[in-house]
Amino acid sequence: MIEVRDLHKSFGEVRAVNGVSFTARDGEITGLLGPNGAGKTTTLRMLYTLMKPDNGQVLVDGREVWSDPVAARRRLGVLPDARGLYKRLTAAENIDYFGRLQGLSNKEIERRREALIDGLDMRDIATRRTEGFSQGQRVKTAIARALVHDPRNVLLDEPTNGLDVMATRAMRRFMRQLKDEGRCVLFSSHIMQEVAALCDRIVVIAHGRVVADETPAELLAQTGQANLEDAFVSLIGTDEGLAA
Amino acid sequence: MRAFTAVYWKEVRENLRDRRTLINALLTGPLLGPVMFIMLMNVMVSRELDKADRPIDVPVIGAELAPNLIRALKGAGIDAAPAVSDPEAAVRDQRADVVLRIAPTYAEAWGKGQAVQVEVIYDSSRRDASTPVNRVRNVIEAYGKREGAMRLIARGLSPTTAWPVQVAERDQASSQSRAALMFSFLPYFFVLTVFLGGMYLAIDLTAGERERQSLEPLFVNPVARGTILAGKLAAICTFSLVSLLLSVAAFSTAPWFIPVDKLGIALDLGVHFGAQVLLLMSPLILLLAALQSWVSAMAKSYREAQTYLSVLMVIPILPSALLSVIPVRPESWMYAVPLLGQNLAIVQLIRGDGVNAEQMGLMLAGGFAAAIIAVIGAAWMYRSERLAISG
Repeated sequence: MIEVRDLHKSFGEVRAVNGVSFTARDGEITGLLGPNGAGKTTTLRMLYTLMKPDNGQVLVDGREVWSDPVAARRRLGVLPDARGLYKRLTAAENIDYFGRLQGLSNKEIERRREALIDGLDMRDIATRRTEGFSQGQRVKTAIARALVHDPRNVLLDEPTNGLDVMATRAMRRFMRQLKDEGRCVLFSSHIMQEVAALCDRIVVIAHGRVVADETPAELLAQTGQANLEDAFVSLIGTDEGLAA
Repeated sequence: MRAFTAVYWKEVRENLRDRRTLINALLTGPLLGPVMFIMLMNVMVSRELDKADRPIDVPVIGAELAPNLIRALKGAGIDAAPAVSDPEAAVRDQRADVVLRIAPTYAEAWGKGQAVQVEVIYDSSRRDASTPVNRVRNVIEAYGKREGAMRLIARGLSPTTAWPVQVAERDQASSQSRAALMFSFLPYFFVLTVFLGGMYLAIDLTAGERERQSLEPLFVNPVARGTILAGKLAAICTFSLVSLLLSVAAFSTAPWFIPVDKLGIALDLGVHFGAQVLLLMSPLILLLAALQSWVSAMAKSYREAQTYLSVLMVIPILPSALLSVIPVRPESWMYAVPLLGQNLAIVQLIRGDGVNAEQMGLMLAGGFAAAIIAVIGAAWMYRSERLAISG
């Protein structure tokens, strides 16, 4: 479970995140929806301790992350905005490297690696060097290495960005599977369809603030709109930076 | 510790698969120095030896006025060539190394027993001409001295009347210290090897990772950034150490390719020399690795880091260049200055003087102190929030 309380972060004059609070629960998919530049990536970066908030708290499984950032990162599986692979290593070697950094034994690494390769349907590319991988193959490898330590909490920054239809469907299936395993799944997106299709709970962010934090049904009721797309647009005030 | 070794082995393995890094660290870096050195030495040696023995032609103006002098020159392997019309221009345009001009009044003055003038026209800024110029001058001076002595004897005087002081030269240079003079730029080659051996790794491991957007996922792992940096530094040091080992080994074969005996110098670049060079270079390996990582961490891209590092590469040249222009008497504090100390010590080793324990201690202490500062600087860069953000 991830609890975010009143996060603030400024870069010089720009207030990127200006008082964001929400909770992502275990066994649910929580979507962070907002136009490009709303502060989604900065919020996520503060959750996985890459950036220190100017103000506010992040709790992972009830523990403040900044009191022990290394321990907090062990409880998180993160697909960051940057998903560069080591192109002179094979996909499997990329996964193994992160397993070792997580402090897993060689036996555990092998077991998890094989499970993820099957789960993500990437057997055919596992022993190939990642140089020249397609966008979809790269995302699969990046997710596999992010989840090698079997984390309870999964953070995905725009996981379907740049994927084709088939790969997007596979990614959604995989996220539902993570939810069914009882994990807390938090992902960001600027695609309204995707959030509507996947989420148990939707956190809408605009201009560094949370403008809504509801279940899809409550969101419709609150805005008085017939469908989610219209609800989002009415919440944010514009459809600029969003995608259907 | 597990995380440290994981980072270390991953970086070593990944870079062993990169042809550019391998060629730079294991081929160009360590071998360029020795090969260039051997070629230069051979060219230099053969030219010097040539000029010292070979008969040379020197244009002489007014040769017919001084047949005895011309004969003396011929006896020393200097043949009189036909006169040139404008000797000053001939020397300036490098058509002749040296031209002799015998004054038109030579024969008349010689007959009267007066002093005569022989002009030696040359250009002292042309180093390759200095051997023939000195040969010509020495022959003329010896001829003059001999003739003077004859005249004194003819008048019943001892030649010592005219030359009461005799200079007797006692050169204290050992054949090894003569070698040192020619090998004074060897330290620079060693430093350059260490620099080049680690450079591509240092760029790739920091600026390269950042550019390829793999630094952010790496920092998401539950490993302190200091540990990640330590693993990367160890990988860089390994490559530059191997580079240095290869370079020392290549230099140890140099005496086989250079005609050292012809020059009357002794050269000992064996195991003992190699071991001491490795020991005294060890702080520089860490210092340069940390400096390179520090500088690379300031760059956003591979190319930018490469630009910064080529500027940084000038620094190791400074002590070598400075010492060759202003020869200083080594004082003990100089050994504590990284690069300068190594420079002095390597030249000392080639001279056969050895390096004493105090000097070695100062070098290691000063070098490692500087290295620790550089590591702290790199670690400070690694802690910055911006480092992980690629965009």
